[in-house]
Amino acid sequence: MADEKLLLQNIPWCKGCGVCVGFCPTKVLKIKNGKCVIANSDKCIFCGQCELRCPDNAIYIGGKK
Amino acid sequence: MNDKGYALVQGNEACVEGALAAGMRFFAGYPITPSTEIAEISSQKLPKLGGKFIQMEDELASMAAIIGASLAGIKSMTATSGPGFSLMQENIGYAAITEVPCVIVNVQRGGPSTGLPTSPAQGDVMQAKWGTHGDHPAIALTPNSVQETFEYTVKAFNLAEKYRTPVILLMDEIVGHMREKMAFKNISEIEIINRKKPACKPEDYVAYKPDKDMIPPMASFGEGYRYHVTGLTHDETGFPTNSNEVSEKLIKRIVDKVEKNIDDFSYFEEYKLEDAEIVIIAYGGVSRSAKSAVDELRKQNIKAGLFRPITIWPLLEKQINKVSLHAKEIYVAEMNLGQYSLEVERAACKNCRVKKINKVNGELITPEEIIEAIGGNYEL
Amino acid sequence: MNCSEITNQYYRVNRLPHIWCAGCGHGTLTNTVVRAIDKLKLNKDEVVIVSGIGCSSRAPGYLDFNTLHTTHGRALAFATGIKLANPKLHVIVIMGDGDSSAIGGNHLIHAARRNIDITTIVFNNNIYGMTGGQFSPTTPYGDLATTAAYGNIDKPFDLCSLAQGAGATYVGRATAYHALLMQKLIEKGIQNKGFSFIEGLSLCPTYYGRKNKKGNPFKMHSFFKEYCIDKKLVDKDPEKGINKILIGEFYNNPQPEYIESYQVIIDMLQG
Repeated sequence: MADEKLLLQNIPWCKGCGVCVGFCPTKVLKIKNGKCVIANSDKCIFCGQCELRCPDNAIYIGGKK
Repeated sequence: MNDKGYALVQGNEACVEGALAAGMRFFAGYPITPSTEIAEISSQKLPKLGGKFIQMEDELASMAAIIGASLAGIKSMTATSGPGFSLMQENIGYAAITEVPCVIVNVQRGGPSTGLPTSPAQGDVMQAKWGTHGDHPAIALTPNSVQETFEYTVKAFNLAEKYRTPVILLMDEIVGHMREKMAFKNISEIEIINRKKPACKPEDYVAYKPDKDMIPPMASFGEGYRYHVTGLTHDETGFPTNSNEVSEKLIKRIVDKVEKNIDDFSYFEEYKLEDAEIVIIAYGGVSRSAKSAVDELRKQNIKAGLFRPITIWPLLEKQINKVSLHAKEIYVAEMNLGQYSLEVERAACKNCRVKKINKVNGELITPEEIIEAIGGNYEL
Repeated sequence: MNCSEITNQYYRVNRLPHIWCAGCGHGTLTNTVVRAIDKLKLNKDEVVIVSGIGCSSRAPGYLDFNTLHTTHGRALAFATGIKLANPKLHVIVIMGDGDSSAIGGNHLIHAARRNIDITTIVFNNNIYGMTGGQFSPTTPYGDLATTAAYGNIDKPFDLCSLAQGAGATYVGRATAYHALLMQKLIEKGIQNKGFSFIEGLSLCPTYYGRKNKKGNPFKMHSFFKEYCIDKKLVDKDPEKGINKILIGEFYNNPQPEYIESYQVIIDMLQG
C-alpha cells in the first residue's frame, strides 16, 4: 500500500520555514533557495509529520489511500 | 389600550412597540438612564413573541451583538444614552462599512461624560453624524412625541433594512419619559420593509456587489451563501483589499446610497411657515416649546413659523435652504451650545440671519425663553 | 488545486497563501480547527467562524464557512448575537492573546459566565504581532518586546484558568506542536453544549522569537515538545509538572446552556 501514496507539494505556498525539514524522521526534505524540496523521496515513510505541522498547507500526502 | 385603540404610553415604551411592529426580534443592551425602560420592556415582550433579549456586559458588546444577530437574519436593536452611545461608536462604523441593518436608539441626556443622567439634552446631534471614525453614511431620525416615537421607530427599521445601514433614533429624555395618548395602529396597516435577499444561487453570490440601487442583496448566515464579512476595506467579493481605487469606490457607494436617496426619507413638519418672517428651527422635545412660542408670537402679530426636521441626518439641506429664502431671521433652538445651527447656517447660504437659542443646564428650553430671544413679549 | 483534499474542501484556496510569516504557528493551528470540523462532519453552511483583530483573526478569511472578521476584542460579542439569533449554527471564535484577554477580556469572561454554546479558540503567541511585537497579557515576565525594552514587568494571564474561573464548561490547552491533541480538544469543545475554551500555544518567530532569541520555527516547536506535559501525567505525579507547561483537557463539566435556558422561558410564555 505504501508505494501507492505520494508525498506532494504546493511550492508557491511554501515559505521555507523549515518546520517540516526539522520534523522529518528520515531526512527526506531540505531547504533549497528558500523553499522546501523533496530531496530523498525514496526514504519517505508517509508518517505525515510534515503535513501535520506545515503552517502553509504546502506539503501533503496524496495518491491512493 | 381602550376600545378605540388608544392608550397612555411612555415614549420609551412606544419605541419598543414600534420596534416590535417593525419586526424586531432581538435586542441587546446595557442599563443606562434615561433609556433603560426600552431594555426592560424589550426583555418582557420579546420572549412572548419568540424573540430574544440579552443584557450584555457593556455597550460595545451590545452593539456587536445586534450586528451579529442581524447577520443571522434577525431584525435587531439596541438602546442607550450618551456614555453608552460613545462606546457604541466603533461598532456603528463596523455596521456601516459591512452594511448590516440595525437600529440604535439614543435617548439623549446631559453630557459630556456622566453629565446629567436624568436630564434632557440634545448634545449628541453631531455625534450621531460623526461619532464613528472615517467617512460613513448616517441616518438619524428625531421624533417629538410618543406617537411619533412609535412611527419613526418603524421607519428607522425600514430604512435600515432598505439601505443596509445602521439607523439612529435620536430621542431625548423629554420624549423618552413623557407619557401621552398613542394610537395603536393595526399592524397590517403599517408599511414594513425587509432587506433585499439574493435571488441567485449560492455559487453565483458576490456578497458586496451592488445592484443598480447601490445596495447589495444580503444573505443571512446559515442560508447556504457562505461569504466573508470584514471591517477592512473590501472589494465586491467581501475580501480585504489595499487597492486605492476599490477603497474609494466602496466608501463613496456606502455614503451615496444614503445621501443620494434623501428625498425618500426627508421627514419634517412645517408649521405656519407660509408667511413667516421669523422661522424657528427646532427638533425633538424643544420643538414642542417652539410650536407654543409660534402661537404666542402670532398673537402678538409677529409672523413666526416653525420648521421641524424629523430626519436630522442627512441634513435636509434643500428644505432649510428654501426656508432661508423666505425668512428674515432663523432661530435655531436646541439643548446644546449650537450644533444643528452650524448645519442650518451652511444650508441657509447667508440668505438670512441665523441666530441661536441654546441651553445646557439640563432643562428644556421653554416657550418663554424662545419668545424672549426673538423679542416678543411674554406675560405670565 | 494542488493541495490535500481537506485543504481543498475547507479552505478558500484562491485566498492562499495566507499572510502569516514563515513558520508562524497560526497556520498549523488553523489546520487543527479545520480537521476537527472535518472529523465531526459539520455542515459547512451551518458553521460560522468569527474573529477579532490581529494576526490570528485573519484565519476565517481563508476558510470556506460563514466568516466574520470583526473589531478588536469584540468577536465573542458578535458571536453571541449570531448564536442567539440562530442557535442551529455552530459558532466558533478564533482570537489572539491580546484580542481575547486585553481589549476583549470583559467579553471573554461574560461569554464564559453565561455558558453560551460557543467554541472559543485562542491562538496565543505571547505578543502583539500585527502591530510589530508589543508585549501582550500573556508575554512571560521578564521577556522582551518593543514596548518592554527592559523586560516585561506585567505578570502574564493563565488564560485557561481565567476562562474556567469565569464559567467555561470545557477548557483545554495544546500547542502548534501538539497538533493532534489540539484537534481533539477542539472536537470535544465543539461537542460540549456550552462555552468551550481551547488555548493553542502558537509561535511568533518574527517578533517574540527573534526578540527573545528563541531560535528558528523548528526550535520553537521543539521547545513545546520538551517543556509541555499532559495534565493527566502531572495529576498522577505532581513532581513531573515542575517548570513545565500543562497541556491537555483541564475541565469538562457540562452545565445548563444559556440559550437552552432562554428557550425554556420562551416555551413557557408561548404556552
